[in-house]
Amino acid sequence: MRLDIDHVAKLAKLPLSKEEKELLEPQLNQIVNFIEKLNEVDTESVEPTFQVTGKTNELREDVVAEGLTQDQAIKNAPNADDGYIVTKGVFVDG
Amino acid sequence: MDSYLTIKDILAGYKEGRFSSTELFRYYKDRIARLNPTLNAIITNVDHQHGDFLASQNPLPVIHKDVYSTEDVETTAASNILRGYIPPFDATAVTKLAEANFITLGKANCDAFAHGTTGENSDFGPTKNPYGLEYTPGGSSSGSAVAVAAGLSPLATATDTGGSIRFPASLTNTVGIKPTYGRVSRYGIIAMTSSTDSIGHITRTVWDNAYVLNKTAGYDPHDATSAKVQVDDYLEDIEQGVKGLRLGVPKEYLENIAPEIEKAYREKVDTLRNLGAEIVEDISLPHTEYGINVYYIVTPSEVSSNLARFDGIRFGQERSHFGAEAKRRIMIGTYCLSSGYYDAYYLKAQKVRTLVIQDFAKAFEKVDALIAPVSAVMQPKLGELVNDPIKNYMLDVLTIPVNLAGVPSLAVPAGFSNGLPIGLQIIGDYFDEKLLYRIGYALEQETRYFEQTPKL
Amino acid sequence: MSNKNYETIIGLEIHIQLKTKTGLFSSVSNDSWQAKPNSLTNPVELGLPGALPAPNKTAIEWTQRLGRSLNCRLNTKSKFDRKNYFYPDLPRGYQLSQYDEPFCEDGFLDIKDPSNHTQTKRIHITRIHLEEDSGKSMHKDGKTYLDFNKAGTPLVELVTEPDFRSPDEASVFSKMIQEAVRILDISDADMEKGQMRLEANVSVRKLGETELPNYRVELKNINSFKFMRDAINYEVERQIKALESGEELFQETRGWMEKEQKTVLQRSKEEAHDYRYFPEPDIPPFDFDDDYFARVLKDLPVMPWKKEEDLLNRGVREDYAHLIAYDSAKYATFENLLEKSELAFEELVKVVVNTKDQDSAEAEIERINSKQSSTVGDDALKQAVEKSINDNPNAVDDFKNGKETAIKFLIGQVMRETKGQADAQQAEEMLVNKLS
Repeated sequence: MRLDIDHVAKLAKLPLSKEEKELLEPQLNQIVNFIEKLNEVDTESVEPTFQVTGKTNELREDVVAEGLTQDQAIKNAPNADDGYIVTKGVFVDG
Repeated sequence: MDSYLTIKDILAGYKEGRFSSTELFRYYKDRIARLNPTLNAIITNVDHQHGDFLASQNPLPVIHKDVYSTEDVETTAASNILRGYIPPFDATAVTKLAEANFITLGKANCDAFAHGTTGENSDFGPTKNPYGLEYTPGGSSSGSAVAVAAGLSPLATATDTGGSIRFPASLTNTVGIKPTYGRVSRYGIIAMTSSTDSIGHITRTVWDNAYVLNKTAGYDPHDATSAKVQVDDYLEDIEQGVKGLRLGVPKEYLENIAPEIEKAYREKVDTLRNLGAEIVEDISLPHTEYGINVYYIVTPSEVSSNLARFDGIRFGQERSHFGAEAKRRIMIGTYCLSSGYYDAYYLKAQKVRTLVIQDFAKAFEKVDALIAPVSAVMQPKLGELVNDPIKNYMLDVLTIPVNLAGVPSLAVPAGFSNGLPIGLQIIGDYFDEKLLYRIGYALEQETRYFEQTPKL
Repeated sequence: MSNKNYETIIGLEIHIQLKTKTGLFSSVSNDSWQAKPNSLTNPVELGLPGALPAPNKTAIEWTQRLGRSLNCRLNTKSKFDRKNYFYPDLPRGYQLSQYDEPFCEDGFLDIKDPSNHTQTKRIHITRIHLEEDSGKSMHKDGKTYLDFNKAGTPLVELVTEPDFRSPDEASVFSKMIQEAVRILDISDADMEKGQMRLEANVSVRKLGETELPNYRVELKNINSFKFMRDAINYEVERQIKALESGEELFQETRGWMEKEQKTVLQRSKEEAHDYRYFPEPDIPPFDFDDDYFARVLKDLPVMPWKKEEDLLNRGVREDYAHLIAYDSAKYATFENLLEKSELAFEELVKVVVNTKDQDSAEAEIERINSKQSSTVGDDALKQAVEKSINDNPNAVDDFKNGKETAIKFLIGQVMRETKGQADAQQAEEMLVNKLS
């Protein structure tokens, strides 16, 4: 098993209980084995396709349009104060 | 009032003065109130305090899948993490349908965040199949398909990322379109897999389905991936028939399918032949079997990123409120994109995706459209596949390649086995929706399965 | 520097907010300075479910204009990528940035050596890419207050090679970048307003070593050119001290604490992010052709250091060249009159330097024209040529080694010696004869 559940959960900022980890770990293993079936396919000279539209250079003119009001912006936030959206403290970081 | 009115029927009814809009909407409200507690197709009812429908000329009902953002109407993607979220804006498809006189009756249940194939990943409980309450109606657009199948609305919007419109449509005797990727704007639809999410809808008939795509299709400056390709009039040649069309039978789609499904499929191919289509056997799309593996790398990868915004700060609850399937996808996707693994998983999958696309391109050199089953198996019972992610994933094996390529596909009813509906899909080249409707309409007029409504 | 046995290695990352009217990916107003918190947002900038980015044409064009002005290759193929990490002021849980196909790559800027103004040094620019700014966090009483007005502001990131050997060099370069974006009129680059932000990657190595050190310390929270110098100086001392006492240094991020006048650890190597970059599926890639670039790069202003170099090459004395090059009105007058006036080149330069605008310059020229102009005699020219050769052995060597521009320098010296009275072509002929 190369999927280190604690490491990946940390990257994904996903809090998992002990029970969840016990349930998930074998399932994730199984899924990884499942997707690794692709190793059968020779893709030596194949270009990847990230998007299927074939579109390029989709650009927007720099013109202002009306946005949300302050009330609309904060109304779904579980915590707000004086127009700010508030969350529990974080350390100063990058 | 007939329980199973189509959009076409309603438009005619208004014209002939058979009912008023108030009568019509009261009828649907009552029907929802009566049947929904059993079916669990609708999770939010829109309260029309002053009757929006009265203000509108010839209003039509619509139910939106709960991944469609609806301004001032709770939008949860059927997940606990979004309970209570009230979007301050409408999805473009919602706006366009409103402009076309569609009034929102409610929001449809689905697998949470559209992650699932049976509807059982909904945090609001599973939706029941009106053709057999112990069976899944398919997912993820479970509520949309059932709302239409049970006559709670002639139209329900939906999304198809790996089969989420076609699979439930085929399990509920309804018509579902997965348009070309980019044909309908994704703006305001809660994203699952940005590169394969297709915005479509479910109706009872092909005519209705084409009528609605005429309203929703088109370029949207808010969705940079939406197509600038001109929109056809999808109703224009709908009655033209299939004479002279070359329709392909993709051989890989028939390997390992249930005998009932194969029987229904073969009969419908014969019907199309009898209607004058030229059937081309043994069209090969050799990478079909790998589609599912590609999908379950690309989808979780994009999901892991698309669900990162759910941090419980600007909206919604904390990340611990994600359901089990969302957590599985976030974990797998994070792993696939993580340092040292990107090339082996994400990049590799996108290369195989190229091969899947080439398969379709080669097929469409030989035929005008492909006729294929939607599902390899009959309806599973509710509870049958819970906690078996791989078996769940395999339900989409025949629908996923279409999403990876971005081509359109129309699911239409193909018959019944022991009272349970079976569907087939008509797969076309990019932006060939008009042709799909023509073929679907010809088959529907011949088979008239839409008349076999569920006993409720 | 406390220890003369070490050499300082510095690379810069410079972030500049573009002053477009709207955000990088949505049409929300970009004028967020002093707006009420969260009063300038929309579903895209708040990262609401279902909202999608639509890239700003002007922001991309401005980035490419900056890239060309800094001698970069402008990539024809480019794209946006998702940089995945969690922070409360990052609304989508990923930043839209550019990973392996930035808009601009492989540029350079020649800076004047701060310790010796006649020498120039080439600073290589690795890349210039475009990304979105995050919101603003304020930390108070154990809580974080978030304002998303700034989220989505177009942010140019310029990354240099580790070419700087002193904080002064880094400072000179940064000021030139500030000047460049102001001349291009794409940013006010006010550091106090956070419109321009500096990060320095600092390491030290023993003198004589040629390999880059196997670590570097990323310095953040640098809000002025002075802070940059202070932070680098502090960090260099800290690193030398550590190495001298046998400590091993690692890749880490440290923040400059202005009050305490020191850097403190913010993120160690173990905590380094795994950004899980992948191509943004919501935005089609870019494929720019020649017509596009011709349109976008039209009427690109000439950077003052290019003007200065050009003036010097044409024999203008240093102080005059600087004065004209860095004053766009004077430069315009100079260019205009150069075409019109019959006046000797050096005379014209003098007039431009000593008059306040084009009208007064023209009046002065008229006055001079009415007088008989004098030219320098053959003997004086010969003398000046010899002096130029004797005083500048390096340039002479350069010329002999095939560096043709060296002759321009020598001509300049002749012009200087003759106070601009010599005929430049005559001087060149004489110099070439002497040197070959």
